[in-house]
Parts: sequence; structure tokens; C-alpha cells
Amino acid sequence: MSKGSPISPSLMATKSAGATKAPERADRTADQAVVVADLAAASPVLGPNTVVPPTVMTGSQAIVRSLEELGVDDIFGLPGGAILPTYDPLMASSMNHVLVRHEQGAGHAAQGYAMVTGRVGVCIATSGPGATNLVTAIMDAHMDSVPLVAITGQVSSGVIGTDAFQEADIVGITMPITKHSFLVTDPNDIPHVMAEAFHLASTGRPGPVLVDVAKDAQVGQMTFSWPPKVDLPGYRPVTRGHNKQVREAAKLIAAASKPVLYVGGGVVKAHASKELLALAEATGAPVVTTLMAKGAFPDSHPQHMGMPGMHGTVSAVTALQQSDLLITLGARFDDRVTGVLKTFAPMAKVIHADIDPAEISKNRTADVPIVGSVKEIIPELTEAVRTQFEAAGTPDLTTWWAFLNNLKETYPLGWTEPDDGLSAPQRVIERIGALTGPEGVYVAGVGQHQMWAAQFIKYERPHAWLNSGGAGTMGYAVPAAMGAKVGEPDRVVWAIDGDGCFQMTNQELATCAINNIPIKVAVINNSSLGMVRQWQTLFYEGRYSNTDLNTGHDTVRIPDFVKLGEAYGCASFRCERDEDIDATIQKALEINDRPVVIDFVVSPNSMVWPMVPAGVSNDQIQVARNMTPEWEEED
Amino acid sequence: MSRHTLSVLVEDKPGVLTRVASLFARRAFNINSLAVGPTEVSGISRMTVVVDADGDLIEQVTKQLNKLINVIKIVELTSESSVQRDHILVKVRADAATRLQVTQAADLFRAAVVDVSTDSLVIEATGTPEKLAALLSVLEPFGIREIVQSGTLAVGRGSRSMSDRALRSA
Repeated sequence: MSKGSPISPSLMATKSAGATKAPERADRTADQAVVVADLAAASPVLGPNTVVPPTVMTGSQAIVRSLEELGVDDIFGLPGGAILPTYDPLMASSMNHVLVRHEQGAGHAAQGYAMVTGRVGVCIATSGPGATNLVTAIMDAHMDSVPLVAITGQVSSGVIGTDAFQEADIVGITMPITKHSFLVTDPNDIPHVMAEAFHLASTGRPGPVLVDVAKDAQVGQMTFSWPPKVDLPGYRPVTRGHNKQVREAAKLIAAASKPVLYVGGGVVKAHASKELLALAEATGAPVVTTLMAKGAFPDSHPQHMGMPGMHGTVSAVTALQQSDLLITLGARFDDRVTGVLKTFAPMAKVIHADIDPAEISKNRTADVPIVGSVKEIIPELTEAVRTQFEAAGTPDLTTWWAFLNNLKETYPLGWTEPDDGLSAPQRVIERIGALTGPEGVYVAGVGQHQMWAAQFIKYERPHAWLNSGGAGTMGYAVPAAMGAKVGEPDRVVWAIDGDGCFQMTNQELATCAINNIPIKVAVINNSSLGMVRQWQTLFYEGRYSNTDLNTGHDTVRIPDFVKLGEAYGCASFRCERDEDIDATIQKALEINDRPVVIDFVVSPNSMVWPMVPAGVSNDQIQVARNMTPEWEEED
Repeated sequence: MSRHTLSVLVEDKPGVLTRVASLFARRAFNINSLAVGPTEVSGISRMTVVVDADGDLIEQVTKQLNKLINVIKIVELTSESSVQRDHILVKVRADAATRLQVTQAADLFRAAVVDVSTDSLVIEATGTPEKLAALLSVLEPFGIREIVQSGTLAVGRGSRSMSDRALRSA
């Protein structure tokens, strides 16, 4: 690199702004409300932008103060040597810090919190292993575009690079899995770095931002003033879609006879469900919601075709395959949706609206790319479609709907009863959804139970369904549910977990029990790493290499999940028979003073259907083993 | 695969080079050469990245680079619209018997002799990769002992400056 000036321009700007502007603003307390409102609307600094005149404090006090000024209420973390200075002022703060039992739990909790509230989730860890324990959660947040700020302690700047005790280059380690990262060695940088981190995490395509603060920067004195100047010359996310492109899209929609709205997690992130409903009804097109978008469009709506992809409904997968126009909104043509890419929706033109220009034409070339926030694009598109329909007539989708409705009726989601006399896992999950209702929050781990929770719980609202989609992180459910419950304490929060996943992060039950975070955990216990086992059944001649966990029916039950739950201070039940399912769920719903763990003992033989086997076209979707639907219409 | 030259304005902040280089590695893009240095604007560096990629891929490279927060602007410079130069230092075997031939060869390429010892010369040359390759093939028979070559540097022809508009709008 070049030898730049020792003082970065951003720093100089911050200092001068603090010195000159802050007192001036502080004078205007009379109409402060107005000023604050104006600033909040225009300012890239999150929070109320309350003016704080220059005040001398330590770097660690500045971290805590910045978090407060940014409007943070809850933080998940675990202290250690290099972050110790920051934990001291944190004790006096009004913010709620939840002490987790493992840093990965802090990361997922912050994700869960962000997913239900739409606000930035915050987690804190110390240097070295504390920071590396956050890596999985950071990567998960990166894959699923979750606004997350991770604050880590770092060894003192003087010993960085010497392999000091608990030193890890966490900025380097997380570089490919963060939206951006900062290493702070000068305490004066703290306010603007914190404001920038929150701005980056929450705007554009949301994502994780790491702030690594050297211990001497936490201990050192600095002058704090607020709001700081956000200086990010290379960051200019486009939110407004290009008018001409929107009109082009409307033209394509008016000309299409088999359109499909392919809706991804971006619509949930942008809080654009209402706008989507209006567009769907204006176009009359079928809607498919991806794994990340469940709830963005009500499952009960007649235009809803279900979830596309490897374990999607026949109607959703086929709608995409047969479509002549994909209206793609905040989705990214993930391989779990497309199957073999070159055979995906072969007849379709593609409209692709996304806030991240790099997603457009990354996997599938877009005919009409629209860069911007779906929150702004969808209403404009709806307007343009209405205008277009008025001018050119409303397209006749009768044939298309007849075809799709027939598929929907012929191939509804369902399951076969297991032949071993044990409960069907799908039934357990379906009953949890039915008895809890659409106002609940459902958080899944990764595997079969995740797919069943996506399939058999009815989602009517966004932010009700949380899972690890892109990353596929086993162990996501318990800590993410904990974070969700902290973010929305009045909602019933279920962790629908597997016996494999549950054993990865269940230590956070201690955090939940002690901090009065009464989540409910349904362990869908098939005594195995179920999804892997399913693949072994289907593709490895039933050779069950290392997938038996010995937790279920007729095993040694190590660990015994009921005893484990009780040891963690949770109400704990075991449910082994179909006739007990409803009563057990009801019992769990009535308990609200501590977490609940239910060991639902289910059959290991149940499989997730439909399924598109890996490496084949979506046309090869199987509704059950070796059963591919018969297409009535081939064209 | 075709060769593309990207000029990238970046904030001069720690880790920028790593971010750019690791992005190429992570997305499986091929870097042919990379050169970094300061610009006329304090705090702003310019990278010249030569990439081997086909049309769709170069668009993806550019978009991914643009996502890096420290990247301010990217311009693709074509060979027609820009001046592109590599810089090379070559240590060639040259004793009293061959020295004159070597220096004459260097002269033909407008290369300069920048170090002399009893049995070797260091030659400095600037030019397009093709010209430098030609120089090397001429020097080859004398015995090349060391080669150090920079990444390509490139600047657009004409009066316009890449940083002008980029930094004003920022």
C-alpha cells in the first residue's frame, strides 16, 4: 500500500465537526425536537442523533455511549480479557446485556433479535477464541443478509502481530464473511466507527459488520461528541429503482401469460409485505416464497403456491419451471431454488429487482434488472402495471391458473405415517403451528425438521419464521429463538430443533432460564442426523455412516433431553405418542415463567418430500421416493 | 478468456489491498497483475488490476469489487483508450566480451543500464508487456540472472481525470 498521510481524512473531518458544529447545535435546545427529527431523517447515524457536546471519556465508555446513542437496547455477549474495559461501563448502562454461555450463542441471538425486530443485532466477545466463536454466526448473518454488529476486543495495538495471548486476526479471518470490518486502535475513532458500522449493517443489503477494538483504544482517553460524521465515500446504496426499468418490467408483465412472482428474503428485510400483496393482487400472478421469505406473503392467500426449491411444493417448483416470466423480488437464484441452473425455468424471461447489484445476473441473466430497495420498487411496479393493464388490457391468466390449481390440488403437501409405530415428525410440527397460531415466532435449526417447519407451519406474517438458510448452521435455533424472544418478549417463540442441532447450542438454555427468556424448544428427536440419514437412505443404499445419535426411542438416550432440560431449569416433557402431542404442546403454551423443552420422540424413517435430488433439473421433482408427478401439459 | 484492465480508486486504509486480493481469491477470479500506489488526492490510492475473465465474469468482478466499502470507483481501461505500461528490471550476464552487445540491445528498446558489475548488468525498461517480452527474448542468449517486473500501470488518454468526478460526488 502507499504511505498515506498518518491522519486519515475521515478522522480530521470528525474532529473538526465535533469542535465546531456540536456546541452550535447544543444551543438550539428550544426546537431540538425538530432538529432531531430532521437529523434522523437525513442522517446516516442511527438513533435519535441527540447532540452530545465534546466530553472527555475513555474509549470503552465511548463504545457504550455510542451504542446508547445509536438506540441499542439489548446486547448479547460474553466478556474476556481484551474486552474487559468495555464491560465495566456497560454495567452502569441502561442497555440490557444478556450474558451467554458461548459466543456463538451471542451471535445467533443477535441474529434472531435482528430478524424479528428489523433492528441491528449486537453481540460482543473478547479477542482470540471469543472472537473466533462468533465466526459461524457472522458467516450465517452474511449469507442471510442479517443486520449484525459484532464488537470484539483485540490485544493492545503495541502487541498486535506478536502472537500475544488470545490474539487472533479476527478482521482478517472474517474479511470474506462480513459486509465490512474495522480495527480500532485510536479511541477517537470509536464514535464514527460505531456509527458507520451500524449504518453499513442496516442499510443497502444488510449484513454483519465487525468492530475489533484494541485494548489500549478502550483504555485510552478520547473526546466524545455526537452525532459523529459518517465518512464512507465508497458506499452509496441505490434504493430507488430506475423508472425506465420499472416501466419495462410492467410491459413484460402485461405481455406474460405465465408470470410468477419469485419472492425472496429481501422482501422480508425491506418490510415490503404489504406492497407485495398489492402487486400480487394487481398482477394476479402466482407467488412463490423462498425459504427466507416464508411469511412475506400469507400462506393462506389463494395466489400462494408455496415454497420453491429442493424441498418445495410441486406447485411452486412447477410454476417456476413452466413460467414465461419470473418477477424476481429480493431473491438470488440460490442453487437450492434453481437446481441445475441451466435447466431452471428454461422458458422464462427474468425481471430481477434487488438492492445488491452483484446479485443481478450473477446466476441467471436478467432481462430487466432493477437495482434498488423492493420497498420502493414494488409500489412503483404496481403503479406501472396498473397503467400498463389499463392501456393494453389485463392479461388472461385463466389457463395458467387452471394448470397451477390442478397441481396444487393433485400434489398437496403431506406425509405418510411411519411404519415403525412412532409419531410422524411432520404431525408434531404441524400441531405446534396450529395450536400456537400465526402470531408466534418459529425458529428452526437445520435439517429435516427445518424443512418440515417451513412446510407444515402456516405463515401469515413476515418475521415469524427464522432459520439459517444460506449457511445451513446446525445449532442456530436455540440461541436465535432466545434473541427473538428478547426482541419480541410478548410473542410465543418456538425453537423447532433437531436432536443433532440441539446438542450443538443447548447451553443457552441456561441463559434463557436465568435471564427469564421463556422460549419453548421442541426437539424433533429422530435419534439421528436426519437429513444426512435421508440422503444415505436415498443415495447410499441405506448405509448409515455416523448418523445415529442414540437419543431416541429404544436407545440409551444420551443425553436424556428431559433430564438435560431440567438440569437447565426448564420445564421438560417427553412426548412419545400421537395422542399426547396436542396436550403436551398446550402444556408448553401455558408455561411462561421459564423455558420449556419437549423431547418429541419421532420416527427416524420419515423423509422430507417433495424432493429434487441434487444435480438434476427441477423437472425431476419427486413427490415421494421415485415418484415424479405426471405433467399434463408439456410445452 | 479475455484480458481486462481495471482502474480502482480506493480509500487508503489498512487492509484495502487484502480486501481486494482476497475477494479475487474467494470468488475464484484470476488476477494477472496488480499494482497499487498513491494518487494526486491524499488518502486515495489507485489500484490497477489486470484480470483474465469473460464478459459476464468481468461484470461480476466489477460488481463484487464495488461492494467493498473502501472501493470508491472502478473504470475499465481498454488498450485503445488508455496508456498501459509495465516496468521491468533485468539482471543479465555481461562480461567484457559481451557487454557492448547487451547495451546495444538495451538501446534498441530504449532501456537503461542502471547497474554495472564485472560480470553483469541491470537493465531497466518500460513498455507494454509485448515490448518487454521482446526485450527479454533478445537478452535471453546472454543469460538472464534475475527478472523483477511490476504490475501493469494504466491511465486513460485525454484530459479527463478518473478521480475528479468520483471524489466530488463522494
